[in-house]
Amino acid sequence: MSQKQTQGDIEKAVKEQQEEKQEQKSPSGFRIFWREILKDKLALVSLIFFVLITVVVFGASEILDKAEVTRVDPFNIYQPPSDEFLLGTDQGGRDIFGQLMIGTRNSLAIGFLVTLLSGIIGVVFGVVSGYFGGHIDNALMRVVDFFMVLPFIMLVIVFVAIVPKYSIWTFSLIMTAFLWMGIARLIRSKALQEKELDYAQASRTLGSSHTKIIFKQVLPNITSLIVVTMTLNLAANIGIESGLSFLGFGFPKDTPSLGTLLSYTTNPITLEERWWIWLPAAVLILLLMLSVRNVGEALKRAADARQRRA
Amino acid sequence: MWKFTVRRLLITTPQIILLSAIVFILAKMMPGDALTGLIDPTLSQERIAEMREKLGLNNPWYIQYRDWLAGVVQGDFGQSFKYQMPVTELIWQRVINTFWLSLVSTIMIYAIGLPLGIVSGRYNDRLIDQLITGYTYLGFATPVFIFGLVALWIFGFMLGWFPTGGSVEPGLEPGTFEYILSKLHHLLLPSLSIALIGTVGTVQYLRSEIIDTKQRDFIITARAKGAPERRVYNRHIFRNSILPIAAFFGYEIINLINGSIFIEQIFSYPGMGNLFIESIMLRDYSVVTALVLLSGILAILGALLSDIILSVVDPRIRIK
Repeated sequence: MSQKQTQGDIEKAVKEQQEEKQEQKSPSGFRIFWREILKDKLALVSLIFFVLITVVVFGASEILDKAEVTRVDPFNIYQPPSDEFLLGTDQGGRDIFGQLMIGTRNSLAIGFLVTLLSGIIGVVFGVVSGYFGGHIDNALMRVVDFFMVLPFIMLVIVFVAIVPKYSIWTFSLIMTAFLWMGIARLIRSKALQEKELDYAQASRTLGSSHTKIIFKQVLPNITSLIVVTMTLNLAANIGIESGLSFLGFGFPKDTPSLGTLLSYTTNPITLEERWWIWLPAAVLILLLMLSVRNVGEALKRAADARQRRA
Repeated sequence: MWKFTVRRLLITTPQIILLSAIVFILAKMMPGDALTGLIDPTLSQERIAEMREKLGLNNPWYIQYRDWLAGVVQGDFGQSFKYQMPVTELIWQRVINTFWLSLVSTIMIYAIGLPLGIVSGRYNDRLIDQLITGYTYLGFATPVFIFGLVALWIFGFMLGWFPTGGSVEPGLEPGTFEYILSKLHHLLLPSLSIALIGTVGTVQYLRSEIIDTKQRDFIITARAKGAPERRVYNRHIFRNSILPIAAFFGYEIINLINGSIFIEQIFSYPGMGNLFIESIMLRDYSVVTALVLLSGILAILGALLSDIILSVVDPRIRIK
């Protein structure tokens, strides 16, 4: 009887202890990110702005008829902004506002896609390199070094120019091929530290496979770094895409993007007199890049306990 | 140091060979071949086949690669079919313009970046530092081509302070004072655009370096010895922070190349970047190939230079 009671007591005590632990458990990564953003007003405004723009352009692109927007209308060439054309028209009489909506959607979509693809490649490459270290690391890092010194813009342009059956997908793949190295390097140095820690060593001693340690144990521990880097990369990739489209080597000619709107400035008269064609796109690129960066910087602080403001 | 240099050179050689292989493969993937630049439409089919054989275009790829490489090493990149002249000659005409653009940009990058970084680091968290930090924050998020475009619009077109294209006023005698002045005038806005965006990294680096160094023991010692504030900054802090910046120059080369593609396009400045875009639009692929290879080699050598200088300046980074 008394023994049973004691056992019950112990169980109760253990349970209490566990509950206590649950309460004291440090907040989840997402919570920390969120708290930091709430604390940093600039990041909060940026996040709201970015989400708003994303929702608006994706929504508007669904409503707008792409064929209608890109239809040439010879009677309305170079109209300044008016009630009918909110942001005027271009040399084909096409509505700039509609192009801006669809263009921003395209630029954002490709930004997300390239960030995701290059992120996956970079993370896998980096984590493998850092985790195994030694000769594997050495060899993989020489590959990264090599890609790093290549004249990236020129090579992307050459590929874009000679690839047969050019499409948005091939464009993303070409960009990805030259944009995965930065994140790979970062993740690699983090993985290098991480694998020396007790939990990874212990797991290895217990007989876990390398694959399990890498993907189930090391990777979750560096998620915050991955999120931060990819957010900052997103900002950069939006800029790179618009730059390439500006030069005429990004989106196919009939597909509007923020960069193609800017490329209308190859006509000096457009640059000088028809600001409504290119200036909104330029401002939007800047605001988008800035806002994503603001969020990224806040996340970066959140990921490093010493820098947190919240 | 010598050991490091030799090791670093050993990495550079395969890099250059790999680059040349990539460029060669790209060149093969491009429509047309070395003959396209030479062909005369009146030639008969037999004559063309004969020329193909003579130029070695029917050889297996490794022999073609070897011959191509041998030509490249001797500075022979084939013919430009647009300009009907040897590619090497054509590039030489343009390279000088890009050289001036890069030189003036680099000077400006340091002329702007060093004082701003030093002031920002020395007076950190005061108003002036907050202004400078704000500028670097904006500058970091601004793509150089948008900045160049807006600069051209405002200062070139609206205010008319600067010419809106070209590298020199037409009709001026080369070598005269007006000619040089006009060249400078044409250079100013493009290089300022590259510099104002490109210098941001320098400012940020210098600022954090100086703030970091300020709290080191040797600076406290210097102060304790009674060194005047000016001496502490000039002799102890800056000297430590500026050396790595000088070494970064080599890494900057790739940024200059990337930047000049956009800026030359925007300002219709007849340099290598402009030639590159023009050639690829006109499918003048022998020029494209040569430009990619040359830029790649420049970038690889730049990184090599920086790594070696850095290893001299900062022994910690020498790779094993």
